[in-house]
Amino acid sequence: MGINRDYLGRTFPVTDPYEVSRVKIAEFAGAIGDPNPVYRDRAAAQAAGYPDVIAPPTFGVVIAMAASGMAVADPGLGLNYAMVVHGEQRFEYSRPLHAGDVVTAQSTIAGIREVGSITMLTTETEIRTVGGEHVCTGFSTLVERGEA
Amino acid sequence: MSGVAGPVSYADVVPGAELPAVTYPVTRLSLVKYCGASGDFNVIHWNERVARSVGLPDVIAHGMFTMAQAGRYVTDWAGDAGALAEFGVRFSAPVVVPDDEVGAVIEVSGKVEDKLDGNLVVLGLTARSGGAKVLTRARAVVRLP
Repeated sequence: MGINRDYLGRTFPVTDPYEVSRVKIAEFAGAIGDPNPVYRDRAAAQAAGYPDVIAPPTFGVVIAMAASGMAVADPGLGLNYAMVVHGEQRFEYSRPLHAGDVVTAQSTIAGIREVGSITMLTTETEIRTVGGEHVCTGFSTLVERGEA
Repeated sequence: MSGVAGPVSYADVVPGAELPAVTYPVTRLSLVKYCGASGDFNVIHWNERVARSVGLPDVIAHGMFTMAQAGRYVTDWAGDAGALAEFGVRFSAPVVVPDDEVGAVIEVSGKVEDKLDGNLVVLGLTARSGGAKVLTRARAVVRLP
């Protein structure tokens, strides 16, 4: 069962609004083991020029996953999720996410490449505030290993 | 290196400069916490039986956990956790995390590859664990004052 190339360029629905919270940022920073005070202490973040605590650079995946999940789990796409590993990840940032941001994510299938029995699927996920301000875009490449 | 030291100045950055390597520990507990914080509960990150059944040597770290360590390396160097303009990696080998007191270590090093207009600095990054290069084509673009 191969991947459905008709999905190239397809854009999926916008996610429900996600409110970035101080508690979630602190939990995420703790999980990656990063003690930076700008992820926990509002005064430290404000001293660094931010309106509230900011999120670590990879926090966007927490939000993007809801959107890219819609794309990769679409049964019509034909991706065998059990055989998938994360191949590449890239972010382009307009600014860091901060506590209080209310954002949505929307994914587009930006690339489908097949090399031998390997399929590479790239999703592009834009994270914007509900007011429309661009915060960051994530490019995620999943690699589906073919049947051995 | 600490995020509270204040930002590095663009003028002080020298192209070609090597940045000191930093090591970051990763244990089974790290992965359990990362599962919960990220919402990525893929079984290969916490269940050795399943990890081995799909051909892995042991439980492996989330790629995004490893990328987060490289991110921390960059933001600590820059002195501003919000300085990233672009950040990309390729996951070239898994970080294998044994079930013991030590776990695994991810060693990140970097080099100033270029200075661009707009006060942007390009860093090339390398991450190793267990003798393997776990990130390749890892690159961060930071905006400095």
